[in-house]
Amino acid sequence: MTGKTMRGLRAAALTGTLLLSVAQGFTPAFAADPIKLGVLEDQSGDFAAATIGKVHAIQLAAEEINKAGGIDGRPLELVIYDTQSDNTRYQEFMRRVLQRDKVDAVFAGFSSASREAYRPIVNQFDGFAFYNNQYEGGVCDANMVVTGAVPEQQFSTLIPWMMEKYGKKVYTLAADYNFGQISAEWVRNIVKEHGGEMVGEDFIPLGVSQFSQNIQNIQKAKPDFVVTLLVGTAQASYYEQAAAASVNLPMASSVNVGQGYEHKRFKPPSLKDMYVTTNYIEEVDTPESKAFVAKFKAKFPNEPYVNQEAENSYLAVYLYKQMVERAKSTKREDIRKVIAQGDVCMDAPEGKVCIDPKSQHMSHTIYLAKVEADHSITFPKVWADIKPYWLGEAGCDLTKSDPSAQYTPSNPPPKP
Amino acid sequence: MDVGTLAFSALYQFGDAFAFLVLSACGLAVIFGMMGVINLAHGEFIMCGAYVTVSAAHAGVPLPLAILLGAVVSGLVGAVVEIVVIRHLYDRPLDTIVATWGLSLIGTQGTLILLGSTMAGVGTPFGSFPVGGYSYSVYRLVLFAMAVAVLGGLYALFNWTRFGVMARATIQVPHMAAALGVDTRLVYSLTFALGAGLAGLAGGLYAPTMTLVPTMGTTFIMEAFVTVVVGGADVFLGTAPAAALLAVVKATMTSWYGQLFGQIGLLVAVIIVIRVLPRGISGLLLRERA
Repeated sequence: MTGKTMRGLRAAALTGTLLLSVAQGFTPAFAADPIKLGVLEDQSGDFAAATIGKVHAIQLAAEEINKAGGIDGRPLELVIYDTQSDNTRYQEFMRRVLQRDKVDAVFAGFSSASREAYRPIVNQFDGFAFYNNQYEGGVCDANMVVTGAVPEQQFSTLIPWMMEKYGKKVYTLAADYNFGQISAEWVRNIVKEHGGEMVGEDFIPLGVSQFSQNIQNIQKAKPDFVVTLLVGTAQASYYEQAAAASVNLPMASSVNVGQGYEHKRFKPPSLKDMYVTTNYIEEVDTPESKAFVAKFKAKFPNEPYVNQEAENSYLAVYLYKQMVERAKSTKREDIRKVIAQGDVCMDAPEGKVCIDPKSQHMSHTIYLAKVEADHSITFPKVWADIKPYWLGEAGCDLTKSDPSAQYTPSNPPPKP
Repeated sequence: MDVGTLAFSALYQFGDAFAFLVLSACGLAVIFGMMGVINLAHGEFIMCGAYVTVSAAHAGVPLPLAILLGAVVSGLVGAVVEIVVIRHLYDRPLDTIVATWGLSLIGTQGTLILLGSTMAGVGTPFGSFPVGGYSYSVYRLVLFAMAVAVLGGLYALFNWTRFGVMARATIQVPHMAAALGVDTRLVYSLTFALGAGLAGLAGGLYAPTMTLVPTMGTTFIMEAFVTVVVGGADVFLGTAPAAALLAVVKATMTSWYGQLFGQIGLLVAVIIVIRVLPRGISGLLLRERA
C-alpha cells in the first residue's frame, strides 16, 4: 500500500468517526441504522404500465415490515429510481445505488435486455440483486436471486395443455430480443417433444405496432393456436388488430395478461381464448390473494391492476427479510449460506414458494388463466409447487461454483 | 392460392403501409414543408389526438365525431404551442428542435402523471371481410381511404382556397406577403395548427387499433420522419410519392423476410434517397418542372 492511499484511508477514517460522532450527538437511537434496498424499475416509458405496480408492491411490503418493527429491528429504507424503460439508465442507476447509495440489495429490472445490461455491473461491484420478473430462464449467477417464473414453469405446463385441447400445429409470434428468441426456442423444443409441428415463427422488433402482414402470415399457416410472446405496450396492439381481422385463434402466452393486463385495457372480445400461465394475477381466487389485493388497493386506490410482477416484488421483500434475519447479516455470502440450506420458503399471496439453492430461482404455483369472451378470467387448471428445475438439471449449481452466465437449451452449462 | 387473392393481399398490405406512412407523416410534412420547423413533438400531437378521441368515445360520442374532435383539440393545442413557444423561435431553427423536443418530453411524462400509464381502448369498428381464405379488417380500408382523402383535402386547401394562396405566398416571400396585407403571423399560427391537427387526426384514426399509452406517439415517429425526409419539403410532390415508394419497400420486405427487414428496408431506402436526392423526391420533381 502506498503512502498516499494510507493517508487517504486515515483521512477517510477520521471523517468517518467525525460523522459518526456528530450523528450520535443528534440521534441517540443510532444503533439501528437502516437496511437500504435499491429499487430500479420502469416508472415511465414503454414498459411502465406493467412495472409501476412493482414499485408500489415494494413500497407496500416495506411499509408493512417497518410498521411491524423492521428487519431484525432495523428499518427498511427504499432508494427508488425511475429507469424509464431504458437499458442505459439501468446501468447508470445500478452503478449509483451500488457505489454512492451503498444499498444492501437491489430489486431491479423488467425486460431481459435491461437485466443483461445491469448484471455485469452487479458482478463487477459484487452486489446482490433480485430480478422479480418472469423471464426466459437460464441465469446462473450467485449475485442474482430470481423470484419470477421461468419457461419450465410456464411453458412445460402451458404448451402440452394447449396441444391436447386445440391441436398440434403451433405458430409463435415473439418479440425480437433475448426474451422472445429464447422463449421461442423453449416453445419449439416442447412442441417437438410432444409430437407437434411449428407451422411458423415471426419475430417482431420492440416498438412495432402494425401487424397486418403477421396476421396474414398466421392465416396462411393455419395453426391450431398462436403463442404470443409480445412485449411492451406498442406490440400489444396485435390483439386488437388480429381481432379486427377475425383471426379467431386461441392464443397461449407466458407474458400477457399476467404483466400488461391486456384484458383490462382492450375492448372485449379481442383477447377471447387467450391462455396464460402465470404465478399470480389479481383474479386468483384464494383468501391470501384477496387479502393481498385488498391491502394493495387500500394503499394505492388508483392502481389499475395487481399483476404477477407486483406479487413477485412483494414476496421478494419478505423473502429478503427472512433471509437477513436468519443470516443475522446483510452480507451476500451470509445470506447465500441461508439459501443453501434449501428451506427459504414463504406463504405468498399465490401460495407456497421456495428458493432453489442450485439456481437461486423460485418454485411457484402456476395458474392457467383463460380470458373469456367478456374478458373475465377463469382458471381451468392450477399446478401447485412447480420447481425451476431446468438450470439445476442442466448443471448449474451455485452452491459449488458461480459462472455468472445465462444458459439456454441450445447453450447449456458446460459439463464438468 | 390463386392470383386474385395474392394480388389482393399484396394490394391490401401496400395500402395499409401507405395509409400509415401518409397519416403519420402529413402533419409533420405540413409544418416542416411550409414553415421549415422540425417538430419533434409530432408524436405527442398524435398521442393527444388519440387520447381525446378515446375519451370522447368513452363518453358516448360516436367514433367519427370523436376522431374529428381529437383532430380539432390537437389543432387548438398546436395553435397555443405556436403562439407561446414556436413563434419566438422562427429565426432559430435549431432552437425549435430543442424546444419541440422538450415539449415532447413534457407531453409524454405529463400524460403519464396526469392520466396514468394506460387507457382502456374502444375496439375496432366494422369487423372483417373474407377474401380467398384470408380475412381482413374493414377498418384498414377506411384508414387507406382517409389517407387518400387527407392528401386530396390538403391539395384542395392549398390550391383552391384563399387561405391556401395566402399561406403559399407567406411561405415563398414572407415580407412581400406582409406588404400586400397578409397577416403572416396568423398564417403561421394556422399552418402550425393545421399540422398539429393532422397529427391529431392520425392519432384519432389509429386509436381504435392500438394500445393507448403516453408513449404511443413514438411508434409513429420513425415512419413519419422517414417519409418526410424522403419526400422533401413539398407536401404533395413529396409526401405522397415518398409514402407510396416506402410502402412498396416496407410491404415487400416485411412479407418476404419479416418486420425487422421491413424496418431495415425503410432505413436503407432513406439512406439511398438522401445520398442520391439530397432534397428528397419533391426536390427532384420540382427541378424537373422548373
